[in-house]
Amino acid sequence: MSTTETPASGVGPVEGAPVYTVDTPAPLIEAPRKRTKKSPRSTRGNFELAAWLFMRLSGIVLVVLVIGHLLIQLVLDGGVSKVGFAFVAGRWASPFWQVWDLLMLWLAMLHGANGLRTIINDYAERPASRLWLKALLYTATVFTILLGTLVIFTFDPNIR
Amino acid sequence: MPAGTLYRGREGMWSWVAHRVTGVLIFFFLFVHVLDTALVRVSPEAYDKVVATYKTPIVALLEYGLVAAILFHALNGLRVIAVDFWSKGPRYQKQMFWTVMGVWIVLMAGAIYPVLGHAYRVLFGS
Ligand code: HEM
Ligand code: HEM
Repeated sequence: MSTTETPASGVGPVEGAPVYTVDTPAPLIEAPRKRTKKSPRSTRGNFELAAWLFMRLSGIVLVVLVIGHLLIQLVLDGGVSKVGFAFVAGRWASPFWQVWDLLMLWLAMLHGANGLRTIINDYAERPASRLWLKALLYTATVFTILLGTLVIFTFDPNIR
Repeated sequence: MPAGTLYRGREGMWSWVAHRVTGVLIFFFLFVHVLDTALVRVSPEAYDKVVATYKTPIVALLEYGLVAAILFHALNGLRVIAVDFWSKGPRYQKQMFWTVMGVWIVLMAGAIYPVLGHAYRVLFGS
């Protein structure tokens, strides 16, 4: 029995390209993790990628917000000595500084909370400890963001 | 060093350790800081009383430490971003680390008088 088929090999069909061509006399092998039409649809989103990107983008913005804040609070105009209720009332009379503080609050808290999530993932090995540490972290984060936001929006210079 | 870790000491690993430690410290500070700022909703007296502790010499030293942590985390964070996004970043990571340390030392020297000056006057008179 004569056979003209190519000899059996471990090389499976490759999507969108012939296994052998003049230019690739050796069999073309698909990259191991390449996603093709045959691979099942990913059930995971891109959350970790988004978190990774967020750490970098928020970091760049925080350089300006936090270092500017420290300059105002600790260096300019007498340093920390001038800080007090009257000083805060003067600053939050301006929408510019309200937005500045609000943005700083949200970005720093989310950036820091996501950083701590990574650290918990790295060091807490038992599923129960991971669960409880993250529950504590998320509770503290939501509480702090809500409290800080509320304080900025409801600040009353004539409280007394 | 345990076998199988990605980093093997030197600048790359220690900058990562310091970045992690400073990040956690800043987060805990921020949590307390939002709580103390919330006292403006209680009364001017309550707020001013807590802020008065910020002006004592010992807390001034802590503030200097906070500045140190933030400046390191910010500068090294920019280095991490450069390593990730700049095509030559990984090759120059070591030089960038020492640049970070140089800028950090200059800024920390510049912060001594503004941040610690009032504590000096409290302790030793003007
Ligand atoms: C010891 C150094 C610091 C002092 C003396 C200080 C002082 C103040 C003061 C007086 C306010 C009231 C509003 C204003 O004046 O803008 C404030 C608000 C705020 N600060 Fe700071 N700050 C310091 C460090 C920081 C750092 C390192 C961060 C970020 C990581 C930060 C984040 C914030 C935020 C998010 C608010 C808004 C709080 C809220 O929404 O209730 N501060 N700070
Ligand atoms: C001042 C500007 C800042 C910059 C440029 C910055 C930059 C970064 C970057 C790029 C990372 C990711 C590191 C990595 O993936 O290996 C990171 C991690 C982190 N950041 Fe920041 N950050 C800043 C401010 C803050 C603030 C205000 C906080 C605290 C509220 C904070 C807490 C953290 C934490 C806890 C981590 C995780 C560290 C780790 O996984 O080892 N950062 N930062």
